[in-house]
Amino acid sequence: MSTPLLKVEDLVVTIAGQPVLRDVSLSVAPGEVHGLVGESGAGKSTIGKAVLGLLPRSAKITHGFVMVDGVDLPGMAEARRRRLLAKEIALIPQDPMTALNPVKRIGVQMIAPLTRHLGLSRKEARARALAGLEEVAIHDAEAVLDRYPHELSGGMRQRVLIAMAFQTTPRLIIADEPTTALDVTVQRQILALIRDLQARHEAAVLFVTHDLGVVAKICDRVTVLHAGRVLEQGSCAQVIEHPQHPYTQALQAATPRFDRPADVLSPVPASLAASLWKDASEWDRRHPGGTL
Amino acid sequence: MAEPATPAAPAPRRASHPIDARLVAGAVVIGALVLVALFAPLIAPHDPLEQDLLYSMLPPSWQAGGEPGYLFGTDSLGRDILSRLIYATRVALTVALIAALLAAAIGSLLGLLAGYFGGAVDQAVSRLIEVWMAFPPVLLAIVLAAVLGAGLSSVIVAIVVVDWTRFARVVRSETMVEREMEYVASARTLGLSGVFILWKEVLPNVAPLIITLVSVEMGIAIVVEAILSFVGLSISTDFPTWGGMIAEGRQVVYQTPWLLGLPIAAIVVAVLGFNLMGDGLRHALDPVHRR
Ligand SMILES: Nc1ncnc2c1ncn2[C@@H]1O[C@H](COP(=O)(O)OP(=O)(O)OP(=O)(O)O)[C@@H](O)[C@H]1O
Ligand SMILES: [Mg+2]
Repeated sequence: MSTPLLKVEDLVVTIAGQPVLRDVSLSVAPGEVHGLVGESGAGKSTIGKAVLGLLPRSAKITHGFVMVDGVDLPGMAEARRRRLLAKEIALIPQDPMTALNPVKRIGVQMIAPLTRHLGLSRKEARARALAGLEEVAIHDAEAVLDRYPHELSGGMRQRVLIAMAFQTTPRLIIADEPTTALDVTVQRQILALIRDLQARHEAAVLFVTHDLGVVAKICDRVTVLHAGRVLEQGSCAQVIEHPQHPYTQALQAATPRFDRPADVLSPVPASLAASLWKDASEWDRRHPGGTL
Repeated sequence: MAEPATPAAPAPRRASHPIDARLVAGAVVIGALVLVALFAPLIAPHDPLEQDLLYSMLPPSWQAGGEPGYLFGTDSLGRDILSRLIYATRVALTVALIAALLAAAIGSLLGLLAGYFGGAVDQAVSRLIEVWMAFPPVLLAIVLAAVLGAGLSSVIVAIVVVDWTRFARVVRSETMVEREMEYVASARTLGLSGVFILWKEVLPNVAPLIITLVSVEMGIAIVVEAILSFVGLSISTDFPTWGGMIAEGRQVVYQTPWLLGLPIAAIVVAVLGFNLMGDGLRHALDPVHRR
């Protein structure tokens, strides 16, 4: 494996003194799609936020580091980190409804980062934005640039956000449940779109989801997270087809698939969930205050 | 390549919203008052300061003993009440506009900073607001105006000093809501600085609220100005103000009740106008009808 683009190592994050990430390590190679799976509250978004420098004020990184291209991101000087974020890392957010500024036209929002950070002229930036919209299969791109966000459907907005994420040709994209707020058919289109653009731009993607079915469609590698702990990590084929950890097996059994009837779906057994939470509090006991 | 996108969902709603009736009503009332203030010398039938003791305490012209030249009669010094009402509009609107804009500027700035940056900034601003709110506002304004001495500028300063908290409080909490929106997170991942995001991303979303508050605040400023001139702390008592006219009317309320009633009616109309306009603006300026 080549040197990783994103490397998270022994990361411990506390929010308001409470451990939320308990010793997480993962790495994403250039051009790889890395799935981050886990139930609600597992800490998936927290990992993404740690990478993007968006952790809430009450959060503390008590141990470990987040490195992009071999440089420690949280430790970096503010101005330099902002430049790196603007150029190399992009976010595809979860909620396309609030991710665009409601009082600004799409064009204004797409063009601003291009002129500010890539030094393009307004004309070049507009051309780039148009090309980006066409790449996400928006046909009346000219018209969309002049619209306000509320004039677009959820799926269209998510396409705009994907175009925005890719237009600065970043090398790493963090997609935080980008399809959760969309209905199933649109979901499928958006997934195909992300996969397609990712391959074309050779960008790495950290793909956050709670859905193993989505992981199977889009990811190369997978990390399974529970209560801020990594339970299983490996190639997609291996983790999906031959899950080792009982939790992954349970998740797998709870994922709807076309090749078996819906009534054999089973939730994660209560005894398993209880023992996992016991492990988590055991971890807390051994690492008071999130120290490793 | 992915499948083609579904066409841009519901037909663009950018076209015209029906214009809000409150906005129209408020704008008409305020517009009329502004015209009256601007063209006072042309509209007023008499010099508002001109005394004529032979004609003091005249009733309205349609009552027995009224004079046709004095529509609403005269006060105890024989000054034309209609002309004084008209000229008083100038003081009221000047104070309302300047005081409301200054209070909005100061309060909104502090509210934006506190709401967006939180932490120590928020602590400082919030404590300041709490201390401020411990004083009864009208009393504080009266004390301030008394300390500063009578005059138009002390009235304005008194109103600004008392009322900036209205803006700071509301703008702070609205900013806190906006900063949690994902578009702010997106802007941050685009590498934009905090001040830039606050100014270019958050402020445009809070601006409709601020404009609405300014309109309502102008109504409040008119009342406060009236109270201060009622107790003689505004511009010199010769010059007509609605509050000053109420003070004079109070002394002769049994002989000439209209001297009391007319300025009160003027204040009510102005306050109503500003509130209607504020209400209407809130809807008209909101692109998504979120609120
Ligand atoms: N701002 C915050 N204040 C307090 N606790 C927080 C905050 N943000 C996250 N947490 C806590 O951190 C834990 C992990 O949250 P996180 O958002 O990373 O979960 P997630 O895996 O993304 O879940 P979801 O699937 O619901 O998005 C949760 O227990 C949550 O309660
Ligand atoms: Mg999340």
